[in-house]
Amino acid sequence: MTKADIIEGVYEKVGFSKKESAEIVELVFDTLKETLERGDKIKISGFGNFQVRQKKARVGRNPQTGKEIEISARRVLTFRPSQVLKSALNGEAPPENHAEIDAREEEADEHDEFDESDEQDFVEEEDGKP
Amino acid sequence: MTKSQLIDCIAAKAPHIPPRRIEALVNAVFDQMTQALKEGERIELRGFGCFGVKSRPARLGRNPKTGEPVPLPARRALSFAAGKELRERINRACLALDSGSEAPSRRPLMADRSTPVLTSSSITAGEEAPRI
Repeated sequence: MTKADIIEGVYEKVGFSKKESAEIVELVFDTLKETLERGDKIKISGFGNFQVRQKKARVGRNPQTGKEIEISARRVLTFRPSQVLKSALNGEAPPENHAEIDAREEEADEHDEFDESDEQDFVEEEDGKP
Repeated sequence: MTKSQLIDCIAAKAPHIPPRRIEALVNAVFDQMTQALKEGERIELRGFGCFGVKSRPARLGRNPKTGEPVPLPARRALSFAAGKELRERINRACLALDSGSEAPSRRPLMADRSTPVLTSSSITAGEEAPRI
């Protein structure tokens, strides 16, 4: 699915003009990008949370040569799907206390700002190709 | 920012569209995405990122309290990877904060190839950057 498919689907579902659908879909992702660029967190209920996390510089290793190199400090974007979305992926009904679980996980994230181990720093080959 | 704030923000940028319609459209966007992921479809949003569904095999977990083994069923999990543009924009803002008022170059540190420092852009550029 690409942005064009989302525009098409939104248009079919909501039924306003195609131009309006295209405009809003663009604005959705532009606004999300601007917000994340500022370092703000985004919470979309029923979908998930986007969060920018600060990573400290650390020493990595080139797996081919074994040479140590410094990986500079950086900010990375993480996405945590909501319980509702996770359940939907598995064809289940969302747990009754899904809001509570989401809140708990979010709380855990807050205290986990500098954990280097749990999130990937950069992406696998599935990253969006230009 | 929450979904309702996102809707308000878009409404401010598109004053010619009634807010009620914007709300319906924004909800439809996330519904569409959820539906596609439910069907196992990958979502590629140029400049923003990719959402994909990955299968996790069944495994034997453990109740951390009792130490008792618990069988966990195979599950589908969601993966998200930020796209290049967004990744760079997020880091550029970060570098701008670090270096004070000076405007950061688009590819900081890339000019001096002898420096054994990887920036996020050099890592993700892929061709010559080693993967760690």
